[in-house]
Amino acid sequence: MQTLNILAAQWVAPTIDYHGLAPELVLAAGLCVVLLLDLFIDERKKWLLSVISSFTLLAAMIPVLTLALSETSVRSMFDGRYVVDNFSLVMKGVFLLAGYVVVLLSSSHIEQGEYWRGEYWFLLLSSLLGMLMMTSSRDLVSIFVALEFLSIPAYMLAAWRKRDPKSNEAGVKYFMLGVFASAVMLYGMSLMYGVANSTLLVDIAPKLTATGDFSAVHTLGVVFVVVGFAFKVSAVPFHTWAPDTYEGAPAPVTAFLSVASKAAGFVALVVLIYTAFPLSEAIWQPFIWVLSALTMTIGNVLALKQKNIVRMIAYSSISQGGFVLMPLAVAGLVGSGSTALRSVVLYMIVYAATNLGIFAVILAVSNKTRSGDVSSFGGLFSYAPALGVLMTLFLASLAGIPPLGGWIAKFVAFQSLIQSQSAWGYALAIIGAVNSVVAFGYYGNVMREIWMRPVPDGDVTPITIPGSLRLALVITAGATLVFGVLPGVGLYFADLAEIAGAIIR
Amino acid sequence: MFVNQFLFLAAVLFCIGVYGVVARKNAVLMLMSIELILNSVNINLLTFALRNGSPDGHTFALYIIAVAAAEVGVGLGLVLLVYRNKKTISLDDLSEMRG
Repeated sequence: MQTLNILAAQWVAPTIDYHGLAPELVLAAGLCVVLLLDLFIDERKKWLLSVISSFTLLAAMIPVLTLALSETSVRSMFDGRYVVDNFSLVMKGVFLLAGYVVVLLSSSHIEQGEYWRGEYWFLLLSSLLGMLMMTSSRDLVSIFVALEFLSIPAYMLAAWRKRDPKSNEAGVKYFMLGVFASAVMLYGMSLMYGVANSTLLVDIAPKLTATGDFSAVHTLGVVFVVVGFAFKVSAVPFHTWAPDTYEGAPAPVTAFLSVASKAAGFVALVVLIYTAFPLSEAIWQPFIWVLSALTMTIGNVLALKQKNIVRMIAYSSISQGGFVLMPLAVAGLVGSGSTALRSVVLYMIVYAATNLGIFAVILAVSNKTRSGDVSSFGGLFSYAPALGVLMTLFLASLAGIPPLGGWIAKFVAFQSLIQSQSAWGYALAIIGAVNSVVAFGYYGNVMREIWMRPVPDGDVTPITIPGSLRLALVITAGATLVFGVLPGVGLYFADLAEIAGAIIR
Repeated sequence: MFVNQFLFLAAVLFCIGVYGVVARKNAVLMLMSIELILNSVNINLLTFALRNGSPDGHTFALYIIAVAAAEVGVGLGLVLLVYRNKKTISLDDLSEMRG
């Protein structure tokens, strides 16, 4: 009690940098407006909510830009527990733009069927707000709160079609494994707090080090935390929820989960690796190496036998996650720390553009064919040439064919592995190279359907694409092309993304 | 203070919780097992906070309690949804999708 009184007397209110918090505040205000308006407006005017959501996301981009242009490059709040640095600004931009594209994808899809539109936009914006918080969190408590903030709305989004058993199943499986993973992660965090006596990441780093062997508490703490985020990024063997959730959830939600939610997991992993774990690389490097190799290989092998296009893309996105993890497996070695960081950021940006594009095409095509089979893309080029060309473009980018975005992202990832000049790095590069070739098997399969196969039911009426979907296609295709043809654009943002307080060797 | 005993209790609770999540197929029992894990985390945090005399652990535990309540609220809602549609809460019976 005595100490508590002394602490209370010493307490001063933290200074809050409102400019630094502006993107979050704009988004929070926007989602409150959406939630309240939903109560009062007429059913026929609910389309307004999608317009408000998209404008909220664009409005939140403005403070991100002004922060990027402002003189102070690092803004630290709450004793360094919430930091706005260049890494967080770049990722905030990615999340806001990805969220904007998801709103474009959703707006025509959501109108079909009598479901709860207002709640959809509210949940989507809340989840995005959690992601923005995640980019700035530099403390175990704020990372945990941000993780739950982005996950809990996502569980509800996955189960959004209340009367569809598939959607229910998607939500429940995602929820059970997600909550279990965050509980395991919390156990790791509690051990980490016990070792370091602080929840601040930069204070944890010097304590998580050993001259000889690491103690069991050190090891379990780091491993459990990595396991928690491995679930989030659906790394094998923690991927079992992903295919079922992706297939069962509404398609725009799947796009959101496979891009934004996954990127948020990587953001947290990257921040932890560079600020809290840099001196304990002996623990996490081998672990991430194994995760990455397994994720790439098993994701690819299982994708090869899929007949459903969304399920195939689900396994493909698992395997792409392995490529993002790849440079992190050597991130603690001298000389490859900074290239690994830039490679992860670049890969996330490019992957977001490409995968959202794929989902835009799938949504447009399934609007007409009402089928999820790969064979429903048969002869797409003959009656919808634009969609056929765009799908080929996106698939080629995921496969890593120059001159598209996916190629430069893979190139930089391999570069950082080679720069590590370690046997582990070379071995992982070989596994990655083999997997990029294997991946072409299933990407090529869809391309063959589009260009060479006949139309399955002979129905060749052209597809009408709603305006919002058309805009989403233009944005994602443009980004995929620009990142590939002008590699400097993507690399500029990737080089910009420096984490304040990171220890890079 | 009995630091080791508290940490041991937390470890045992954690193991029981993990066993429950892995072995049980009933959705509500799985939720209860997850609560066990979260409580083991709270015991850990409070033990370390008392040993080190820092208030961070207490704060963290309060956050976990609050967020766990939100999680269970959503979780029971989802379980109820499944029960209404399928008249079962066994996760083994949820197999619309395979492969």
